[in-house]
Amino acid sequence: MSEIREESVSASSTIEHAVRVETKRQPLPPRERLEQVFDIQDLTAIYGSKPALKNVSMAVYENLVTAIIGPSGCGKSTFIRCFNRMNDLVPSFRQTGTIRYHGQDISGKDVDPVAVRRTIGMVFQRPNPFPKSIYDNVAWGLRVLGMKDNLSDRVERALTQAALWDEVRDRLKSSALGLSGGQQQRLCIARAIAVEPDVVLMDEPASALDPIATQKIEQLLHELKSEYSFVIVTHNMQQAARVADMTAFFSISRGPEGERWGELVEYDETEKIFTAPSDKRTEDYVTGRFG
Amino acid sequence: MSSSELSVLRRPNDRLGRRRAINIFMELVAWLAAALAVFFLGIVVWSVARKGFSQLSLDLFTKSQPIGQFGTGSEKLGLANAFVGTLVIVGIATAIALPFGILIAIYVNEFAGKRIKNAVTLTLDVLAGVPAIVVGFFVYGLIVVGRGQSGYAAGFALSVLMLPLVSRATIEVLALVPDSLREAALGVGAPRWRTTLGIVLPQTIGGVLTGATLAVARIAGETAPVLLVCSLVGQGINWNPSQALMTVPLAIFELSDQADAPEQALAWAGALVLILFILFTSLLARWLATRSRRKIAQAGR
Repeated sequence: MSEIREESVSASSTIEHAVRVETKRQPLPPRERLEQVFDIQDLTAIYGSKPALKNVSMAVYENLVTAIIGPSGCGKSTFIRCFNRMNDLVPSFRQTGTIRYHGQDISGKDVDPVAVRRTIGMVFQRPNPFPKSIYDNVAWGLRVLGMKDNLSDRVERALTQAALWDEVRDRLKSSALGLSGGQQQRLCIARAIAVEPDVVLMDEPASALDPIATQKIEQLLHELKSEYSFVIVTHNMQQAARVADMTAFFSISRGPEGERWGELVEYDETEKIFTAPSDKRTEDYVTGRFG
Repeated sequence: MSSSELSVLRRPNDRLGRRRAINIFMELVAWLAAALAVFFLGIVVWSVARKGFSQLSLDLFTKSQPIGQFGTGSEKLGLANAFVGTLVIVGIATAIALPFGILIAIYVNEFAGKRIKNAVTLTLDVLAGVPAIVVGFFVYGLIVVGRGQSGYAAGFALSVLMLPLVSRATIEVLALVPDSLREAALGVGAPRWRTTLGIVLPQTIGGVLTGATLAVARIAGETAPVLLVCSLVGQGINWNPSQALMTVPLAIFELSDQADAPEQALAWAGALVLILFILFTSLLARWLATRSRRKIAQAGR
């Protein structure tokens, strides 16, 4: 009995510790001093004849974690899938506006989506490891991209960065499908960072995971953001508050004929979004009055 | 449970009795229909086995007898030439139909737009429905006229019959591969062809083999095209497909026409081997299909 109480006490103190860590974040330098990775101007995304997103303009900054939050159906996933041309796979998809990546428009017809995806990696909502060995999951991308020198070292480094190395070092040759959900997702992160992208997009990376696995992945973001820029979609506000430097709140707008589309309501430093939002809709959402 | 609790379920209701009667009647009809199918298969297998079983021996597979030229009767009969011919011709057909069928399926499922996809799928369905004799006649006009019959011509004719079977089976398994895997591969910056060859296609090997195995079982017994393009055969075992080769269906066809009882028995033996072959390959295909479905399901969790 006393043991159980002790455990719960230590668990709650861990949570307090985590909260304290995230509230003691360093103040961000002024925006003008930050390097822009993405400059999105007037982005509108349309599936068939239904607009999923209208007129989004914002900038994503280097070596920060940028969170996209908002209710279901507000176009969060559509938005970040524009960053690496993943929507190209949907035949009915069209978009207008520009997305500049370090000044270069990546949404043009003349831009090769494969080249875009080489520098802008992605981690998906559900862990989707290849049905191959743990080693080959990480090595496949490296081989495809011709990064074959020191292959084993690169695999080890990626798995270490993804905080998975110690758990899998003895079974690199066994199937990745035998890993737990959280391990699989960290393997997917390792696979994404192994090819040394500049940006890693994450589409609700922890939504299919338990709290402990989620915490590990959030920890990873803290440790890796000095090397990569992260854009993370989440419907979990606490998660955004914990991991993100900048937070964008998207909401659903309704037209006169009942049509719905997503739009950007507010984009600011995470602290400000959660403590002193300037838009009423943001306040309603982050305080739980809506959504 | 006491009877008083059940009494609510036994409320007097005249329609209930009628519904039960109809239910029993329908079940009976369905059961009879199923039994009928099994019955006919049973009759075919039993009569073929009864008449052909006496001829099953090692000699059947090692010796070959010229049709219509039985000597003293002291020689043992065999169908080795027919088995060799069928093996060579089915091999040629598979070598043509398998790669083309897979390529068609990859194009249709991974690259083509919706309209082309529908058009190609429809074409494959029509091709699958073309009678074998028409395909035989087509190949006769295309290859045999002016060049003579050959094992190549028969292999080509059978590959035309095989192609839609392999293609459709491959399209079906490709469609089962979850999109999350394609996204995963494209997400690390792999081009589409690498994604298809390296990640998607390996998932479908079991399904493709299933389709190919069923197709082989189907074409191995195909007679009509063989009669047209590969029937003027020489004596003895022949591995050379540039000449007309004896095949199992052709041997059955010709032997069953003979007057002597031993030759007719040989035809039954050939039929028995063919049935056993089809049974075996169908079971193999089922096993492969179960295995590959389990594998894909695991990957798509």
